[in-house]
Amino acid sequence: MGRKLDPTTYVKRGPGRKSRKQKGAETELTKFITEEETAQKRLSSRSRKRAGKRAQVTKKPKVTAVKEEPNKGFTDENSEWLKPAKRKREADHIDDDDDDDSDSQWEQEEDEEGEGQKKKGKRQLIENDDDDDDDDDDLVDDYGASEDSGEGEKEGESDEELLPIEKAAKKQKKLQEVMDQETDDDDEEEEEEEDKDGEKSGDEDMDEEDTVQVNIDEMDTFKLPKAEDIAKEGVMLVDLQTIHQRIKDNVDVLSHFSTKREGGKDRAEYLSLLKKDLSTYYSYNNFLIDKLLEIFPVSELIDFLEANEIQRPVTIRTNTLKTRRRDLAQALINRGVNLDPLGKWSKVGLVIFDSSVPIGATPEYLAGHYMLQGASSFLPVMALSPQEGETILDMSSAPGGKATYIAQLMRNTGVVVANDASADRLKSVVGNIHRLGVTNSVVCNYDGRQFPKVMGGFDRVLLDAPCSGTGVISKDPAVKTSKDESDIQRSAHLQKELILAAIDSVNAESPSGGYLVYCTCSIMVEENEWVVDYALKKRNVKLVPTGLDFGKEGFTRFKERRFHPSLKLSRRFYPHSHNMDGFFVAKLKKFSNTVPTTTVDNGAVEETEPSGDVKVQSDSFDEEKPFKAGSKNKSKKQKPDGKPVVSQATANGKSAKSIAKKTQKNENPTVPKKAKMDNETEKVDKEINKSNIVKTDKETSKEGSRFQKKGDKQRKSHIQSKKRIGKNKFNKLKKLLKNEFGNEHL
Amino acid sequence: MLVDARLYLTSYVLDIVCLQMARDLQCSEYLQGLKKSLFSVHSIGENIKLLVDRPDGTYCFRLHNDRVYYISERILKLATNISRDKLVSVGTCFGKFTKTLKFRLHITALDFLAPYAKFKVWVKPGQEQSFLYGNHVLKSGLGRITENTNQYQGVVVYSMSDVPLGFGVAAKSTQECRRVDPMSIVVFHQADIGEFIRSEDTLT
Repeated sequence: MGRKLDPTTYVKRGPGRKSRKQKGAETELTKFITEEETAQKRLSSRSRKRAGKRAQVTKKPKVTAVKEEPNKGFTDENSEWLKPAKRKREADHIDDDDDDDSDSQWEQEEDEEGEGQKKKGKRQLIENDDDDDDDDDDLVDDYGASEDSGEGEKEGESDEELLPIEKAAKKQKKLQEVMDQETDDDDEEEEEEEDKDGEKSGDEDMDEEDTVQVNIDEMDTFKLPKAEDIAKEGVMLVDLQTIHQRIKDNVDVLSHFSTKREGGKDRAEYLSLLKKDLSTYYSYNNFLIDKLLEIFPVSELIDFLEANEIQRPVTIRTNTLKTRRRDLAQALINRGVNLDPLGKWSKVGLVIFDSSVPIGATPEYLAGHYMLQGASSFLPVMALSPQEGETILDMSSAPGGKATYIAQLMRNTGVVVANDASADRLKSVVGNIHRLGVTNSVVCNYDGRQFPKVMGGFDRVLLDAPCSGTGVISKDPAVKTSKDESDIQRSAHLQKELILAAIDSVNAESPSGGYLVYCTCSIMVEENEWVVDYALKKRNVKLVPTGLDFGKEGFTRFKERRFHPSLKLSRRFYPHSHNMDGFFVAKLKKFSNTVPTTTVDNGAVEETEPSGDVKVQSDSFDEEKPFKAGSKNKSKKQKPDGKPVVSQATANGKSAKSIAKKTQKNENPTVPKKAKMDNETEKVDKEINKSNIVKTDKETSKEGSRFQKKGDKQRKSHIQSKKRIGKNKFNKLKKLLKNEFGNEHL
Repeated sequence: MLVDARLYLTSYVLDIVCLQMARDLQCSEYLQGLKKSLFSVHSIGENIKLLVDRPDGTYCFRLHNDRVYYISERILKLATNISRDKLVSVGTCFGKFTKTLKFRLHITALDFLAPYAKFKVWVKPGQEQSFLYGNHVLKSGLGRITENTNQYQGVVVYSMSDVPLGFGVAAKSTQECRRVDPMSIVVFHQADIGEFIRSEDTLT
């Protein structure tokens, strides 16, 4: 027969003489296949084979087979034994397959075209080829992919065409059983499984590949020479491949623990081994691995660690004060830069794939048309959404990317105060501000915590707090080994102070604002949710949606801590899931300028700050004043704080008591003025006046002690030990009381 | 301390009203430097008024730490809250006074001077990079030059795509430029935007 199954042969179309000749085999075959397709929807492997054979009745495969050889199998050295699977999908037509590139038929089997027909045409070819090869071997190796066709795999899965081996690998993970025999023959893993059966009893250097099946044995050998092995590992050169494989298997076991575990070994052992391996393989210190394990589930952790090994793509932000994104993109492309818009969520971002000129030195850069900025740094400013004419504070602004973005969004109206605690880094802020043509800025060098005193009443505040940097490990790998518990605690402490200062700098009465955005480039819960939760407790603020519709929600609980439920309005971003630096963004709205006082512990005096003051002044145009009032409030707070410590002994810090204390002090001039502490006076007052203003257990016990003074006083009670009276004073008091009571009784 | 240097420019008289003096020096000394650099050389003198009285508010020049800043009055008010030693920069820095009280224009003033520049020089693409590295402009790199440029006149240097690149001083008048050989300097380099990278520190 003259029919050739060759996609490169061109079939003439049209009303000519030649087109009336026999068309290529493909076109003929498709007709057959369509008929069959309409008949049945899903075919099992054998029925497909049969269908294919039926369709190829008149086909002449041999010639084409020769041609097709490079295409049929995989083109690497595995082509001998690695056979591509038959497609389950129906092939309708092969329209223009002749023009198709034969190579592209199938190597990747990727289907970016979206033309179902072409796809099916290709597959048709594949099927046909397969049948030729499989004439001898009736079994088609699809790695178990077709086995579970009934198990819920849809035809729709064809949208992403995976290599059969990839599909099978996916299935294996789902399956809890060992893979089937069909796949065993050709399975890569299987092959090496045989190798691996010679286990590494004490031999760490052997190159091994594990499979699910033998993983259990593997675990056995992990445990066996426990101490010796680990010691050996420490001494000998560690084989990273081995460790990597071990990690993968470990994660696999942990994900399906009940089925894949080894009897007798508990989860903790697997976990500890995993931790050790992760630390070695990715060069983290143990502390950080522990922390990360608390945040991420094990499989996600691997993704995160892998993502930290590679750089995030370079992104730039168009400076809309000087140019437009379109024009800038054009200009850069003309210089030989390969770029793309950043994403739907940003109108000013561009991501740079590669460039023949240094991006940080093009004339456009020098002219201030764009700024190099990480994609995650766009987010807090977008959340802040500054309006024109507002007064904005950026508390920690170096190197100035966010401050300039804010100014650009405000179109150079209003005022941006860019502050940073480090004078050195401020130089870059100034440089960037001038380069980008920002004219409404003030740059200053304060410690952020001082801010409410310097200046307050801002409409919006952005606080990009200094943090441990665990989200930007890809930029700074030193973080992997240098962070420990104390670093995190120190950061968290500083962040808490800063966020309170930032909240105090916001003017809640502002007509258009009253917002604070808190963000960090860290993924630690201690630095993120905990700090925001602390702020919620300490000030009159509430969380509001950030306006960012992507990103993971913040945690509302973590280990043993429970946070306010509104924490889920904050957003977390990860390198492995969003392809940007790890980030946390939370937007707070201040709804009142009053500062709630603490009613816990301290026994601080409860004064609700006179909101009247603050409100009146904040209405005025001068922004300076409102927080002078604020600071006054603070100083007011300071004073009573001095006292309660002293009075704590007698009282439980209830307001009534402290008021009582005050009144008592005034009421009792008869008490001989000695250098006594307040509580002593109070005690004396109470006992003399027999006032029953407040009675606690301690007081009753004191009253009782009237009659048992000596014993009581000589016994150092809890209260008295707190007072720490000097011995002489103590004795004097004792005598005094004795005398007085003696007089009374008498 | 911020010194109020409000400059009223007429063709004959320059007045400076100093509200506060940080030093013992006389305002007029500052003025001399400013006058020479900003007004004579670059002759944007008449346009100073345009810079000061703008539609979106009054702007002014302030002296802080030997640098002259150009800011709107609204920002000025806010900036008074910040103590002198902590204030790093306000608005736009136009330039600074050297120890000998000569006024040096910084590249950061480019955005404001460029629109008012009377004499411009366009540089060919090949010579762009050279100018951005701080070299003078040679005749071979000269694209265009405005007519009637005098010698030693302050000019603004542009690229062929009309992107301002910096300032300079014309070394030759336009007539002479036509006649000289290609390797001679036609524009002395004063400031260029490459300084944002090269000498970021000097901006503060």
